[in-house]
Amino acid sequence: MSTKQKFVGRSVPRLEDRLLLLGQGRFAADISFAGQWQMRVVRSPVAHGKIKSIDIQAAVGLPGVRAVWTHVDTAHIPHIPFRLTGFKTLEPYQQPVLAKNVVRYVGEPVAVIFAEDTYVAEDAADLVRLSIEHLPAIIFAAEEPGIYERQLTTEAGVVQKSYGDVDAAFRNAPAVVSLELSIGRHSGVPLETRGAIARYDEAHDILELHGAAKVPHWNRDTLAQMLHRNKESVQLYEGHVGGGFGIRGEIYPEDILVCAAALKFRRPVKWVEDRREHLIAANHSREQHHRVSAAVDAQGCILGIEDEFFHDNGAYMRTHAATVPDLAAAMLPGPYRVPAYRAIGHIRLTNKTPCGTYRAPGRYESTFVRERLLDAIAAKFGLDGVEIRKRNLVDRKEMPYSLGLDTLGTKVVYDSGDYALLLKKALKAARWDELQKKLRKRRQSGEKVGAGVAIFVEKSGLGPFDTVRIEVKPDGTVEVITGVASIGQGVETVIAQICADTLGVDYANIRVIHGQTNRIARGMGAFASRVTVMCGEATRLAATKLRARVLRAAAELMQTKAESLDIVNGEIVRVSAPGPSMPMAELARARPDGLSAEDTFESTHMVYPYGAHVAAVRVDPETGNVAVERYVVAYEIGRAVNPKLVEGQITGGLAQGVGGALFEEFRYDKNGEPLSVTFADYLMPTAREVPEISVVICEDAPSPLNPLGLKGAGEGGANPVGAVIASAIDEALQCPGAVTQLPVTPQRLRALM
Amino acid sequence: MNNKSNITLTINGRDHTIAVEPRRTLVDAIREDCGQTGTHIGCEHGICGACTVIVDGEPVRSCLMFAVQADGRKIRTVEGLASGDKLHPMQQAFMDHHGLQCGFCTPGFLMLAVGVLEREPDMSDSDLLDVLSSNLCRCTGYQNIIKAVRAAAKEMRTR
Repeated sequence: MSTKQKFVGRSVPRLEDRLLLLGQGRFAADISFAGQWQMRVVRSPVAHGKIKSIDIQAAVGLPGVRAVWTHVDTAHIPHIPFRLTGFKTLEPYQQPVLAKNVVRYVGEPVAVIFAEDTYVAEDAADLVRLSIEHLPAIIFAAEEPGIYERQLTTEAGVVQKSYGDVDAAFRNAPAVVSLELSIGRHSGVPLETRGAIARYDEAHDILELHGAAKVPHWNRDTLAQMLHRNKESVQLYEGHVGGGFGIRGEIYPEDILVCAAALKFRRPVKWVEDRREHLIAANHSREQHHRVSAAVDAQGCILGIEDEFFHDNGAYMRTHAATVPDLAAAMLPGPYRVPAYRAIGHIRLTNKTPCGTYRAPGRYESTFVRERLLDAIAAKFGLDGVEIRKRNLVDRKEMPYSLGLDTLGTKVVYDSGDYALLLKKALKAARWDELQKKLRKRRQSGEKVGAGVAIFVEKSGLGPFDTVRIEVKPDGTVEVITGVASIGQGVETVIAQICADTLGVDYANIRVIHGQTNRIARGMGAFASRVTVMCGEATRLAATKLRARVLRAAAELMQTKAESLDIVNGEIVRVSAPGPSMPMAELARARPDGLSAEDTFESTHMVYPYGAHVAAVRVDPETGNVAVERYVVAYEIGRAVNPKLVEGQITGGLAQGVGGALFEEFRYDKNGEPLSVTFADYLMPTAREVPEISVVICEDAPSPLNPLGLKGAGEGGANPVGAVIASAIDEALQCPGAVTQLPVTPQRLRALM
Repeated sequence: MNNKSNITLTINGRDHTIAVEPRRTLVDAIREDCGQTGTHIGCEHGICGACTVIVDGEPVRSCLMFAVQADGRKIRTVEGLASGDKLHPMQQAFMDHHGLQCGFCTPGFLMLAVGVLEREPDMSDSDLLDVLSSNLCRCTGYQNIIKAVRAAAKEMRTR
């Protein structure tokens, strides 16, 4: 009998890679159908204005143009509904698919061209004459709200979260520390722009949408509802996806437009976004302004935190509704004991591109705020940053730790953790004491260098369910059919590893199906670092069931008891007695109904991974440039299914975090004109700017909420980067609290010196 | 804009004779007219490098070149890297070092690195880093791309 191979916990190569390396990926732009029309969106060049007229005559007359739509052609389509955190009061601020009377940001779709060729479609778009009367643009969310329309103001809603007696905490506190902090506007900016291809299959009355991502089932149901169709008559197909990061795969106006056009014209309709469009049309994120205070006792222990913040959501409330400010408010306390807490988040609309989530939504922001606060408390008490954090960390004996807040429909309960141990590991990996000495010495010789530490709690594994069906195919392939999505993170490999161990097959023989609404009735998709946790456990459950079924069926044929059989590398073998074995494929072929099993994992609580980042930076006083010299991440994952992929997630997230800390920013002038519309203005880090990173993956606190102990890996790389770099810059400048605004661009840094 | 002219693009050793407008970019011609969709479009303004291909031995951004400028020239794209079932050492190294996640920028990085290392096999690590900083990746944080390219450079030298 061969020894059983284990896959979980090993850095096996990815199943996804080969096709992608050969250039055989099928990204949205790679999908074409015979006779397709190309769609081009005409976008508002004005940040805020009244539409006086839209003259499409010249565009319609251009040879090759087949149709031009304005709002009158889409009047029957409702505004785009919310997917998460959709408070009723926010609904009047939802986005129409094409602007009707008013435009609210530069980039807002006002018309669409349908043409035989992309070049002609772009020519036609240039011929559409827009007459728009300018209205004053609102650019700063923290200023007094303005008028949205009629009696509605630009304060779309307020998020409030609190527990404990905050007023008493502040009244009796020996010390109070207050800060005013800003986080810049940036976003996921995946390398593949968005794309959508709709096709109507008239023979079967099925509307197909290709280029789907992230949440195909939810989008299927929503598109069906919006276009007045049965959901069975709408199918979504995910191909390869060139990065998600939260922003891709939400329903946008363009998705609905291609679908509506395919139905109307009975032609496949293809839309592929260009980069300028992406930077002004796809979801922005992050921009918040916080006024935060901490009440502190004589030892520097937090008695209470109060935060009022202004969330700049751009021109409309899109699918995420209040998700980002809600998460910011719920996750701000982080790993520290905060006896009393109150957060008030104003959701404000401005004349900028609307917002959604971006990797570690709300947490990149509130970790920056909280960790700045901890640094400020340390400075006030003359303590070092590590000591102040140690004094305030939640102890492992307090786990599970209920925060007394909720978010995304779940109570925030830290499921497991030893924050002090993790901090210790991070400092050890960074050789903290030695690093401090070296930096001090370099500062003495005139260099501007410094280091910082930040600690955070992440969340992952959002329910409420995931369903998985596993089938053994007659050729021996095992197919795992899921309702999740792949946005490039390695879903196929990780799910195959879990299935392989449970069932007893080679992970390379497993095909993981995702993002196909015609293959499984329901699914939750890929967001909130949920896939490995939720789909991983559903896979384990289904594989356990299938294994029992296989052994039972084999036992009959092999004339033995199921208990004396095992599955090893796809072969059903006898455990102790010698005798012939049987390939699982043979068993599948012998059964008219095949071999399959389905199971569902349900969970009403998220799981909470956590981590600590240490960064050392060097500031160039001449140029204002910040070079990140050293970077260490310690991250608690519960159980790493594939350590290399976990590391990859962390490193990638970190690079994005560095972007938001130092370079990336969607800037606007005072009239609402976007200034970051190319990669020459919106600066993403290159190989030169991202430091070498040491990642310490910890498995000290497996989640008690799923048997494998899994926690998510997707967002812990990004979460505290702004915070830790700010802290390191402060030390480099020898000026505690210097950094109050992200990104710390060279201009801003020079202004600090 | 309908004055199309006939040109021949030699892509991975195969001739494609196509009719294009003067304004048609090379990347659109490669993808749409020649059906080689492995070359990706990331920005169309020459910064991200996702569309990098090798033209007459030199890595170029195919979004910044017109198709007519490539008439009669030898183009290599990601589809031409592997020999049969065997991956090119650069492709293999990307797999071994987890140098890709979503894979969208990958063909550009592969062609950039291969194009440069074929010309300058002994390039220093620091120069290589400069070269790699000319393309953008949004998933990996670059560390594994750098590792992969360095490993492949070694492998290519010993071939």
